[in-house]
Amino acid sequence: MKPRAPCGWLSRLSVAALLAVSWPAMAYQLDDWASVVAEARGQSVYFNAWGGDATINEYLDWVAGRMADEYGVEVVHVKLADTAEAVSRVLAEKAAGNTEDGAIDLIWINGENFAAMQKNDLLYGPWVESLPNFALTRPQANPEVREDFTLPTAGLESPWGKAQLTFYYDSARVDEPPRSIPALLDWARAHPGRFTYPLVPDFLGSSFLKQALLGLVDDPEPLYRPVDEADFAAVTAPLWEYLDELHPYLWREGEDFPASSAALRQLMGDGELSLAFTFTPSEPAVAVANYQLPKSTRSYVLDAGTLGNVHFVAIPFNASHKAGALALANFLLSPRAQARKQSIDGWGDASVLAMDALSERQRAAFQADSDNPARLPPGALANTLAEPHPSWMERLEQAWQARYVAQ
Amino acid sequence: MSASLHVALVRLAAWLAIILLGVPVAAGLAGVIAPAFGWLPALGGHEPTLEHWQALTRRPGLAGMVALSYASGLASAALALAIVALFIGVFLHSRWFGAVQRLLSPLLAVPHAAAAIGLAFLLSPSGLVSRWLSPWASGWQFPPNYLFPGDPYGLALILGLTLKEVPFLLLMSLAALPQCRARERMRVARALGYRPLAGFLKAVMPGLYPLLRLPLYAVIAFASSTVDVALILGPSTPPPLAVAVMRWLNDPDLAMRFMASAGALLQFAVTLTALASWWLLERLVARALRDWPGDGRRRFGERVGALLGGGAIGLVVVLVLASLAGLILWSLAAYWPFPEAWPQPLTPRNWLRGAGGFVDPLAQAALIGGVATLIALVLVTGALEAETFRHRPPRAGVQWLLYLPLLVPSVAFLFGLVLMQTQAGLTPGLAAVIGGHAIFVLPYVFLSLAESYRRLDPRWTQLARSLGASPAGVFWRVRLPLLTTPLLTAAAVGFAVSIGQYLPTLLLGAGRISTITTEAVTLASGGDRRLTAVYALLQLLLPALGFALALGLPRLLLRRRAGLLSRP
Amino acid sequence: MNPREITMPSSDSLILDAVRIALDGRSLLALDLAVAPGEIVTVMGPSGVGKSTLLDYVAGFLPTAFSASGAVRLGELELTALPAEARHVGLLFQDPLLFPHLSVAGNLAFGMRAGGNRRERRRRIDAALDEVGLGGYAERDPATLSGGQKARVALLRVLLSRPRAMLLDEPFSKLDATRRDELRRLVFAQVRERRLPTLMVTHDAADAQAAGGRVIELDLPSDAG
Repeated sequence: MKPRAPCGWLSRLSVAALLAVSWPAMAYQLDDWASVVAEARGQSVYFNAWGGDATINEYLDWVAGRMADEYGVEVVHVKLADTAEAVSRVLAEKAAGNTEDGAIDLIWINGENFAAMQKNDLLYGPWVESLPNFALTRPQANPEVREDFTLPTAGLESPWGKAQLTFYYDSARVDEPPRSIPALLDWARAHPGRFTYPLVPDFLGSSFLKQALLGLVDDPEPLYRPVDEADFAAVTAPLWEYLDELHPYLWREGEDFPASSAALRQLMGDGELSLAFTFTPSEPAVAVANYQLPKSTRSYVLDAGTLGNVHFVAIPFNASHKAGALALANFLLSPRAQARKQSIDGWGDASVLAMDALSERQRAAFQADSDNPARLPPGALANTLAEPHPSWMERLEQAWQARYVAQ
Repeated sequence: MSASLHVALVRLAAWLAIILLGVPVAAGLAGVIAPAFGWLPALGGHEPTLEHWQALTRRPGLAGMVALSYASGLASAALALAIVALFIGVFLHSRWFGAVQRLLSPLLAVPHAAAAIGLAFLLSPSGLVSRWLSPWASGWQFPPNYLFPGDPYGLALILGLTLKEVPFLLLMSLAALPQCRARERMRVARALGYRPLAGFLKAVMPGLYPLLRLPLYAVIAFASSTVDVALILGPSTPPPLAVAVMRWLNDPDLAMRFMASAGALLQFAVTLTALASWWLLERLVARALRDWPGDGRRRFGERVGALLGGGAIGLVVVLVLASLAGLILWSLAAYWPFPEAWPQPLTPRNWLRGAGGFVDPLAQAALIGGVATLIALVLVTGALEAETFRHRPPRAGVQWLLYLPLLVPSVAFLFGLVLMQTQAGLTPGLAAVIGGHAIFVLPYVFLSLAESYRRLDPRWTQLARSLGASPAGVFWRVRLPLLTTPLLTAAAVGFAVSIGQYLPTLLLGAGRISTITTEAVTLASGGDRRLTAVYALLQLLLPALGFALALGLPRLLLRRRAGLLSRP
Repeated sequence: MNPREITMPSSDSLILDAVRIALDGRSLLALDLAVAPGEIVTVMGPSGVGKSTLLDYVAGFLPTAFSASGAVRLGELELTALPAEARHVGLLFQDPLLFPHLSVAGNLAFGMRAGGNRRERRRRIDAALDEVGLGGYAERDPATLSGGQKARVALLRVLLSRPRAMLLDEPFSKLDATRRDELRRLVFAQVRERRLPTLMVTHDAADAQAAGGRVIELDLPSDAG
């Protein structure tokens, strides 16, 4: 516990001076959760998280309110347009020799950004196994909470939510959407200009390449090992053949691509597209509620399943308020926070908790709270394809750019 | 104030201005040059190498990226200059001039990104124009599949940049017209029988152009290295170079930083090449047209010119206003399907959803913009006043230094700047952000004020000195009051520049300082067009207020001093 | 001077027909006047009486704040509705206003009507400069000329544009006494030689005397306190 300063300004000053000198950077013990919570009290945690979605921002406002009331931790949501901005900052701080006084305490992260930060020793940890709520994910039974794009998380990032590639379409304009990658080509031929994917290397655009590749290869096995061990040209040949055929039937004949998942949804809202996809299964339903998509929007997952992954939070190696960040990460995993996050009125992001680890009352909070027709039918998310090894993403991106960007 | 103290303070301001600009830009550039040649220990780069340049040259589409940046920079500047010249030539003598001028000046307040978003709303296949024409005229039940904006030739980008540059160049011209005695020149030419456009081009333009040269260079530098406008209106396969550099800098693979740094330097080179090309073009045109004013011809496409000049400026006004109207409609729209021309029902919900979040960022932006503008104004007046001591403008080198932040693409030096900030142990926060903004505001304030300051009739000073005023007295009681209007205009321009800054706010504040612009940009990344429209309109509010004050205050304060209000 | 230009005398009078100029509804001046070819009429009056406004009106530059009625004619040709550049009325200002971006020759070429190749135009410029004692000054930068020299170049520039009437707006007031005398003689001789109807405003009685023509005194309007 933080000692109370005796009365009198002189003694207060001397205690303050003493604290400034002697208070160690890590007074808490990771194996003593009470010490973490105690040190967290009074800290300001700078949580760097993408700020492009008002719904998510509102959810984080709620989190900040709870953290202030219950833990005395001030949570400041640093709104990023791109997670890479935070990675850049930590890198700059490391380059400048700032090892203790970093500006970022917690980052919302996964995939390539995590791989890059881990590779360059920019992360604090391991700490995840010490979070009391981590056990609620039943990591033994659900290995995906310890794996980020096939890379082991090594306790450096704590799971926060689940994403799965989800297709959505305007049922007023499309009777029967394509349910496989080959069917998508036929559909595009019949509806020229009404489908596209985000510009590679946007995350969702690159994910589409992987999804298409998984749907076209006979044997997906090489995709789960580093790309160098496979014959890249041979494995990906069906993909390029497919894309060469598909591109003339894309929006703007494949000469221009939307910049992001958000831009793709925008085009759906404008009626320029009638079929699109997202990595956030709840996004179409939330967007309908916010007037961004027509009420006739429907979601579905390809018959053979779609790519799924987990997103995480991580602490930079030089975070100034690690205890506060730990307390926040633990709270984000609490049944209450996860239930609110999954609710369509909260954010609509799927929970990472294992339902069988929860009490009956806790489980009740996760019951579907509305039957929005734009939502995925129950059970659709069970059909998940694992992400290929991260090295594939980069090679696919390079090959795509060489093929379609060069003039 | 004693004379020597005044001199010392003024000199100090001049030096501070140079340090404020020179040190960060130099540090920032160093922070890019080193990694471009392989040196960045934090990422394991310890050896000088050219390998990253080779990687850059192997990038698919690099030639296209360079060509786009170069061409859009030059083309938009040339187009904007032509429109402004035609407009002034055709209208300078007419009573419409004042009206259009009043209409156009506030358009300067529209931030680049907001204008670009508005233009995209207007002209895209599902945009307003297409909706108004559908389906009754076009037969389109669904949005057509044409490629605009984002066309591979960058025409939409050039259009968007031109729209933004016309009001800027016009404002700069309005300040410069009295300095080159445009009215008198025009009178002489017309009394000699010259039609307005021929008279303007032959008798006024040669005097006006030198005063517009630096603003034009700033325009070319901005246009050839813009990121925000290019993201919204530019093509994507390949994008303009600056957009690609920013993507590489943000690539999750940190090893890309090396090549991104080389790309940033290449961007710098492209900007310099564009400037050099313009300079060369200037020489060629001047040489080719040397005898033109003396050929005695009194008319120069007067009717076509009037049509073009009036039409082009009209089109600029209409496009910008329609873009704004589009923003307003979207901010009030519920689901608004194609081809409905009018959103139904109108809803305040988007504004209410944003309401909780925008008060603090607005106040924060106003504070940062106000202080940064004040700093810039003090330093710039100091630097200009220091010139009067020496009775000559500063060396060209110092001049260029002041414009460095405009010329060096900001993607190039901001990462280096953050490195320096961290190394110097400066806490990211309000003070750092204000300092960073001042770097970008200062050149624009200088640009807006320098000519007026330098061309202030020296006889006022001589008169005041001979009446017994000290140098400080002359400065405070004669020069500054005489310059009320240009000072306020410069402040408004500077304030608008500060409001528009995204990257410096984010990087120097470590994301902890959120202004209306950082909020708008992050929300725009989420693609909720309604909220984006709400924030783009809010983003417009502050600079619009600034310009209203700058234009309105003198009328109010100086209503009994009409001599200080004389407008061209 | 080139004979072609001397052989184009004007034969039209400059007629001011019931001209009334008002500012904010307040009458400023009223004038009824015919200036014969080659005649120089001097308009005199205290400052603020609207002398320059009168010239602005005749030349076509009346600021929008003023309102005017009546008509200006050159012979039968009605000027009132024409834009300034179509009136063929030469205007000589107090300030010579030579274009700083052009040489002396360039300024004169600017004034000269179109026609002729470059060499011919240049010959006419050189001849004109010789005529007023500025031979060899063609390539000079106007900024290096004395006040009297500038005034002479400005005069040549107007004359080369072949005006059909002349307006002189205190054209000598900035010169010292000797130069003023010289220039007066030069200007008056030239306008008479070309038979240009000429209207001069001045507050220097010596100007009026030298012009030797009619003198019209304008008074401050009685209601203008």
